[in-house]
Amino acid sequence: MSHFHVEVRIKPRAGLLDPEGKAIQHALDSLGFEGVDNVRVGKVVDLEVEAPSEKEAIDRATQMCRKLLANPVTEDFGITVSEPTSAGGSEA
Amino acid sequence: MKVAVITFPGSNCDHDCYKALKLFPEFEPRFVWHAASTLDSVDAVFLPGGFAHGDYLRAGAIARFSPIMDAVHAFATAGGPVVGICNGFQVLCESGLLPGALLRNDTLRFRSHDVHIRVETSRTRFTSAYEKGRILRIPIAHGEGNYHADAETLAELEGEDRVVFRYVTPTGGLGEGSNPNGSAHNIAGIVNAARNVLGMMPHPERAVEPLLGSTDGRGLFESLSAHLSSVPA
Repeated sequence: MSHFHVEVRIKPRAGLLDPEGKAIQHALDSLGFEGVDNVRVGKVVDLEVEAPSEKEAIDRATQMCRKLLANPVTEDFGITVSEPTSAGGSEA
Repeated sequence: MKVAVITFPGSNCDHDCYKALKLFPEFEPRFVWHAASTLDSVDAVFLPGGFAHGDYLRAGAIARFSPIMDAVHAFATAGGPVVGICNGFQVLCESGLLPGALLRNDTLRFRSHDVHIRVETSRTRFTSAYEKGRILRIPIAHGEGNYHADAETLAELEGEDRVVFRYVTPTGGLGEGSNPNGSAHNIAGIVNAARNVLGMMPHPERAVEPLLGSTDGRGLFESLSAHLSSVPA
């Protein structure tokens, strides 16, 4: 078993109105940041997951997204797994 | 008629629901804590408004996994009447008992004031006491009441007469100023395909006494009472 650092990124579905993103875009515009478009606001969930392999860690994170972390009606998610931070337990 | 009012950690309209039910002598409301695993023998279930589990992650996302929700799911699937108001509507959508989702209000503001809603169908056990087309004045109090569903689902809701309440202007129009939160099709409340699960953002339980400024919500309780007295115990 290894510990993997998993980053789950959740954002509003493409095409879905994101009023928060719109408000931020408006604020950026009034601060003089030109040429900014399509501001979308989502969230990031960081997890430490214990799993036998990177693939298994991704599979488990995907299940977590489907069941709880993301709402399939309104949100898309992306998952990034980084190298094991430390090898836990004994080798089989 | 025994009615369960589910209390989640963070519910804050459970007492409002309880008191509204108490105004009708035929109802025997009881609070059921979210950690309970059974509903015992109740005739109807209310999921009240509030901020269950702090609305963390998404409103209703964590509440749907409360232990009591398995029993609520079974009760609803067996045809028992379930009413979700405000946060309760959000929980029903998250749990899959109702289609769609409730997004942040398009104004980005928490809206707490009276709105006008039109009864779009009296063909439910929650609205049979209203005449179709009647306009009700009922409070809303939410930050995430912007009903969203894909085009196919919206067509299904409309085609099957499942849009129960729609936000309108005081004169019943759908034009400017009618929609407080950006909801698709001005939807304020819907039922499931079996018509026994209702979700709505406005608060009928806060419009049941003249002292509260409106009695327009009473029809929902009267409808439910009429339905329950017509089904064999």
